[in-house]
Amino acid sequence: MAAKASRAAFGEALIELGAKDPRIVTLDADLSKSTMTAGFAKKYPGRAFNLGIAESGMIGVAAGLALAGHVPFACSFACFLVGRFETIRVSVAYSDAPVKLVGTHVGVAIGEDGYTQMGLEDIACLRSLPNIPIIQPADELETKQAVAYAVGHPGPLYLRLTRQNLEPVHDAAYRFKLGRADVLRPGHDVTLLATGGPVWNALEAAKKLAVDGIQAEVINVATIKPLDEETILRSAGRTGHVITVEDHSIHGGLGSAVAELLGEVMPTPASRATTRASTPSTASMPTGSRER
Amino acid sequence: MANPDLAKLESIAREGRVQIIRMLTHAGSGHPGGSLSVIDILTTLFFNRMRYDPKRPGWEDRDRFVLSKGHCVPAQYYCMARAGYFPMDRLITLRKLGSALQGHPDRVMLPGIEAATGSLGQGLSVSMGMALGLKLGGKGARVYCVMGDGESQEGQVWESLMSAPKLGGPDHHLDNLCVILDYNGIQLDNFVKKILDLEPVTDKLKAFGWPVLEVNGHDIAQVDKALDQAEATKGGPTFIVAHTVKGKGVSFMENDPEWHGKAPKPEEAVRAIQEIVGSPVPAWAEPIIAELSALGKK
Repeated sequence: MAAKASRAAFGEALIELGAKDPRIVTLDADLSKSTMTAGFAKKYPGRAFNLGIAESGMIGVAAGLALAGHVPFACSFACFLVGRFETIRVSVAYSDAPVKLVGTHVGVAIGEDGYTQMGLEDIACLRSLPNIPIIQPADELETKQAVAYAVGHPGPLYLRLTRQNLEPVHDAAYRFKLGRADVLRPGHDVTLLATGGPVWNALEAAKKLAVDGIQAEVINVATIKPLDEETILRSAGRTGHVITVEDHSIHGGLGSAVAELLGEVMPTPASRATTRASTPSTASMPTGSRER
Repeated sequence: MANPDLAKLESIAREGRVQIIRMLTHAGSGHPGGSLSVIDILTTLFFNRMRYDPKRPGWEDRDRFVLSKGHCVPAQYYCMARAGYFPMDRLITLRKLGSALQGHPDRVMLPGIEAATGSLGQGLSVSMGMALGLKLGGKGARVYCVMGDGESQEGQVWESLMSAPKLGGPDHHLDNLCVILDYNGIQLDNFVKKILDLEPVTDKLKAFGWPVLEVNGHDIAQVDKALDQAEATKGGPTFIVAHTVKGKGVSFMENDPEWHGKAPKPEEAVRAIQEIVGSPVPAWAEPIIAELSALGKK
């Protein structure tokens, strides 16, 4: 399989699933070409709704559709979608409306558009809500399986997708399961817990560490909530060192979830590899391409 | 509906006002003003309009009711109890720990509630989604959304007002959606006009593409006629601006921002109920007055 953005894999999966399940509908806020639902809209024009640049309204309409028995995918950039937190909180989470929230363009990996367009705090926000599992697939294969799972999931959930292409990290036999982390590379010296785009980077890092005689265990944490506590604790107990790797603010993401777990159950030295830019003294985070 | 039994509906609404006062007094907190302004509208909807089955709250063909101004849910709880969703004696568990009658509507705890509301300005969008879902599913059921004037200051409301008239078109226009504004003119802090005026609200709605009907929201015959007109309107949703009086029926609560979110004390409740039912006190109201008088002596 060639490298593919998880948003692109999502768009392809929707078209395929949409043929079998007429309950599937999409909602967008003028970003359907970027969230990759445009293909679905072209194929099933009566089942795709563009609400304009009005994300709160879009999420509310999605909640109503879900409560009327449909399977709505409400899509936007992660920051714009989760930024309408209060509507997600009440109309989706507390109403138990089975909306499939899809946030694309996550992390600093989106590049030149800059930090106002980056999903940097979405995991932190949604982790605080009840009733919303958080899924971040690491490659095309896993994305397509996660989208298929989302259709059948009885409640709401959140899919966190990348703008950038992702190299395959799974073989064809892999099967996504909600709440299960998968060990991609066994090791006994240090545990690398990665999620989303950086999973591939973690595997590359493990290869380099092996040259120095350090055997890193790389685990793909595709479900950030609920966390696969058993797999994480088993690995951390064996290696005694944990590093989390993700593309999200250092506050409230996978690193925080793992630190909470280890702190409560099995205190283990841990460090978090991600953007540290959102400190109290940092207001902005300039970004751009390296070429001048 | 043709020839509504106005005397019966007015009597249901009168008892509703008494039960609202009773519930809030037992709870010791809550929102009397808006519950009293909306009760005639809810009575018309629940007892002369909507199709539903309290024994089957999940019935797919039921009409949906969304109270976007969720803080006035005591009025809805009364209508639901009276319709048979749960026994009337459960009304006084309002706001008590463990009760399904939460301070704001809770869809998970109370079957028959269609959406969690009360974080203001969200109910219209959710109602639009329900109406669209019913249309896509080929269902003939209707959706009724009751909004407050204060909550109409929320941005999400205007996102939805902009999109609803055209949403679903050309095949699935939302002519199964009717929005009713309980325009009582008062919000928590003060008069709506003094905080953030909605006027000219009818012109604004028309400019957004809505057919707008204006009624006296305490005149059940007028409300019912407007609901008929809404049901007969094809090609898009209808908006009913219902002019109401906050605290309607209790002289010392009427049109006073103080009574937006304050429960009456037992002696105030007794006075309020005596005013609502008039003299002589009907037999059904006597035990309620006795119960609240006793509450005051505790």
